[in-house]
Amino acid sequence: MTELPRLADQNAAVVLPEPFVEWFGEKGWSPRAHQIELLAKAQAGQSVLLIAPTGAGKTLAGFMPSLTELAVRPRRKPGQARRGIHTLYISPLKALAVDIERNLGKPVEEIGLPVTIETRTGDTPAHKRQRQKLAPPDILLTTPEQLALLIAAGDARRFFEDLRYVVLDELHSLVTSKRGHLLALGLARLRSFVPGLQTIGLSATVAEPGELRRWLVSQNPPGDMAELITVTGGAKPEISILDSEERVPWAGHSARYATPEIYREIKRHKTTLLFVNTRSQAELLFQELWRVNEDTLPIALHHGSLDVAQRRRVEKAMGENALRAIVATSTLDLGIDWGDVDLVVHVGAPKGASRLAQRIGRANHRMDEPSRAILIPANRFEVLECRAALDANYLGAQDTPPLVDGGLDVLAQHVLGCACGAPFRADDLYEEVRTAAPYSGLNRPTFDRVIDFVATGGYALKNYERYARIRLNKDGLWRVSNPRVAQQYRLNVGTIIEVPALNVRYVKAGSKGSASHGGRVLGKIEEAFLETLTHGDTFMFAGKVLRFEGIRENECFVSNAPGSDAKVPYYGGGKFPLSTYLAEQVRIMLDDPQRWKKLPEQVADWLRFQSDKSMLPKRDDLLIETFPRGNRHYLVAYPFEGRLAHQTLGMLLTRRLDRTGARPLGFVATDYALAIWSLGDMGAMFKARKPSLGALFDQDMLGDDLEAWLADSWLLKRTFRNCALISGLIEKRHPGQEKSGRQVTVSTDLIYDVLRSHEPDHILLQATRADAATGLLDVSRLADMLSRIQGRIMHKALEQISPLAVPIMLEIGKMPVNGEADETLLMDAATLVEEAMGPGMVDE
Amino acid sequence: MNFSLARASLIAEADLVGIAGERAVCDPRGVLYFPELRLLTVSDLHLEKGSSLARRGTLIPPYDTGATLLRLQAVISDYQPSIVISLGDSFHDGGGAERMHSSFRERLEALMAGRDWFWVAGNHDPEAPADLPGETVRELAIGSLLFRHEPSKVRVEGEISGHLHPCARIVQQGRSVRRRCFAGDGGRMIMPAFGAYTGSLNVLDRAYAGLFRPETLMAYMLGADRIFAISGSMLRPG
Repeated sequence: MTELPRLADQNAAVVLPEPFVEWFGEKGWSPRAHQIELLAKAQAGQSVLLIAPTGAGKTLAGFMPSLTELAVRPRRKPGQARRGIHTLYISPLKALAVDIERNLGKPVEEIGLPVTIETRTGDTPAHKRQRQKLAPPDILLTTPEQLALLIAAGDARRFFEDLRYVVLDELHSLVTSKRGHLLALGLARLRSFVPGLQTIGLSATVAEPGELRRWLVSQNPPGDMAELITVTGGAKPEISILDSEERVPWAGHSARYATPEIYREIKRHKTTLLFVNTRSQAELLFQELWRVNEDTLPIALHHGSLDVAQRRRVEKAMGENALRAIVATSTLDLGIDWGDVDLVVHVGAPKGASRLAQRIGRANHRMDEPSRAILIPANRFEVLECRAALDANYLGAQDTPPLVDGGLDVLAQHVLGCACGAPFRADDLYEEVRTAAPYSGLNRPTFDRVIDFVATGGYALKNYERYARIRLNKDGLWRVSNPRVAQQYRLNVGTIIEVPALNVRYVKAGSKGSASHGGRVLGKIEEAFLETLTHGDTFMFAGKVLRFEGIRENECFVSNAPGSDAKVPYYGGGKFPLSTYLAEQVRIMLDDPQRWKKLPEQVADWLRFQSDKSMLPKRDDLLIETFPRGNRHYLVAYPFEGRLAHQTLGMLLTRRLDRTGARPLGFVATDYALAIWSLGDMGAMFKARKPSLGALFDQDMLGDDLEAWLADSWLLKRTFRNCALISGLIEKRHPGQEKSGRQVTVSTDLIYDVLRSHEPDHILLQATRADAATGLLDVSRLADMLSRIQGRIMHKALEQISPLAVPIMLEIGKMPVNGEADETLLMDAATLVEEAMGPGMVDE
Repeated sequence: MNFSLARASLIAEADLVGIAGERAVCDPRGVLYFPELRLLTVSDLHLEKGSSLARRGTLIPPYDTGATLLRLQAVISDYQPSIVISLGDSFHDGGGAERMHSSFRERLEALMAGRDWFWVAGNHDPEAPADLPGETVRELAIGSLLFRHEPSKVRVEGEISGHLHPCARIVQQGRSVRRRCFAGDGGRMIMPAFGAYTGSLNVLDRAYAGLFRPETLMAYMLGADRIFAISGSMLRPG
């Protein structure tokens, strides 16, 4: 960590132009040490990573080098050519860019700087974009997707020739996704346009600052790093866990038991921000709060599926301090500055220590005042998780996810983008791409395969040479084969794949959607959920109970419904698995009865019962319990590795158990445990070592079993779809028409089947498997666990269910049972028909 | 190998469906076989769809023709029909037969050898496929059956058609299952698309309006190893 220099030491090296000195003086402020330090490093020609908590004046610090330079730049003489962009600011959210325009505009105006600032996002009208190309602002605030578009334009090199700085906001959140990969490639391109380009990264605390420091600069020479400035401090937040007078439930995620206590806290504070992990939880909590809201306090709801206009209204009301509470999901995680929040309530377990720190940072948003936060565990395991998060140094942010290698699908998109901008030489582009940290390890054969893929699909069967999108000309340059290619590329740029969703629109009850002009749109819901509804079903959305009237083209029609027994939509996104770090903290706590004293009495009792009736796992062990129940046999394992890894493990174990004759019937997985049930007596089989638990949990399950299961898994099909869209194999959008999600889904599944059986080594399947390993399947984490527990499996054969097993046993029946059960469902339906209509009806 | 035995065992397992007095096997692989006529029907092969899309810049894998022919080969070798009717849209576009790789052409010709083979004209391939044997027809009547590509608006008993790529969807235990299907009401039958890259359209879509008697509509949904006969009242749109 860098020692913070005193202002006096630094002043000598730093040039702070006079208007700035005056402005700080008028305000009665002095520049903060990190602002001066950053300025000094930038003026010395270095790129910088600034890690600071919210409220530390990060934004101003990030722009100081640009503003001070622009302040002393000589004015343009009449007749002199227009100057290009001086500073590019990139943020993950459109809203953040707009926010910065406002926040930065104020000091610029007050200091009287001759600086123009503009935003460029997907919402920017075409005529403004056109004008920006001819008369660029000094500072352009934009998103990664817009940068990709600018790079793919024919005039890119000229447009960026005057660029000095790139400021990257919320860098910690940008770098972990494919958006980050695309952005890293974009930066590499910018550096090749402007070799002296400097970057300034602004980030919250992360586990491995070195990764971000490398990310910010060219990796030629390899391992090169940006300078680091770390601002510590800020008042330590006061965080407590709700010690409820109510019984904490065994299972579930609603935290409904705590609603009256949450409401009491809302009444006690000025503005409360309530964070939940999923949109379903947001809907539920919002309903529950209004049920007890006797004082009709203004309580609002905010999540990513709600209509944009509705979200903007809520954000505005919050900025004006007109709300007492707001229930929100991760859409409010990032650093947008609103209102006077004096309490953050986190409902459900935090799932990651750094996420918790980020969210709590929302309260007060001033560095020198402590934030106040209450954690509300929704069930008993979550109590353990909350306690573990607090006992660990929860502000250390030890568990930001590690960066992964750049995706090949993203690289394919970038290669085509480069070709759209200007002809390129493969050797040069390869060297350029490797300067981007996520691609520093890319080998040449793989790069060449990506080029081949972009050109003709890269198939072993060379059928498409005449349809190539880019071609190698005699001069050694790759060029797009016709202008239509560039046009299609621009419509498909970016790495964000939306889950197919339908608009939810109000109509009159009973109209079945036949009324063509319905009421207003409430937001969007995933098609997969709507498909399970029939006319008359009720569900919760946008804080209302709605009746499903029908689907017409791209809209779902609903009416108001009375009653409370409504379904809650499930959503594809927004479910974070428990972090590895926090999981380990929980295991350590379970192994140490001394630490149970800090737990609520009912939870400590639960653990004591467990050690009486069965046992508690040691910190590095895996506890397996087996017991009979009803006419089934159960196996419960407690790996604490998160739901995704457990699901993969469950799928693989059931395959193995099936082979050994245990006749498994199904399994469920939570963040903490995995339960499998079977007809055969698994406990007896393990005792007879047929198979032994060691053999059952052997790491070799990640070989053939994984391969065989994966091949047909919908998880892989979904991952393939994303890769196919990002890589440009198929299009998100055609000029003049938007494909519906349905059409895309069907065709990518078919393409996947055909490609897998004819060319299993195709580069896109390679990219798909790499994605699945770190994403939906979490294979890497499972692999670590299997190697950790070798020789450390504790088997407890019980006569009946143990206290620790109760929570996951309660999940059985609530969650859809995993497995390829489609055929069974069809069989049920077909049998119903036979019963109802009698045999022979098919025979006339 | 004893073909008649192989056929007999297949048919005993499968559901026999009545269409205007004729009895047919709905094979879960998506073909219809009339044992008494030794007639096999397959619809919407859409051969060379991959290269057709590639021409317009979407470079999807060029293996669809091979995959489709392989599956067709399997059913033909199981049933050994004396008549094969390809019910239209056999090629994805008019130039498909010409573009087809010579190895695929040879495989296709081997399948056709020794059988009466009819190419019913479809909207994608209204002309006879270039340089291929077989007879191209607008429609074809055999016994009480009438084979054509597009189902007619006016009800014709015994009509076997394709074109619409039917699929059906049911919801059981809160989960949704969607499969390609044969759609029939005892009087007429619409066949599922057979081609490797063909999508599908729900039988409750407006495009099917007026084609079936709603009270006897059945969807014969394609399972992994068998057909699931589901009555129209259990089906869901979408």
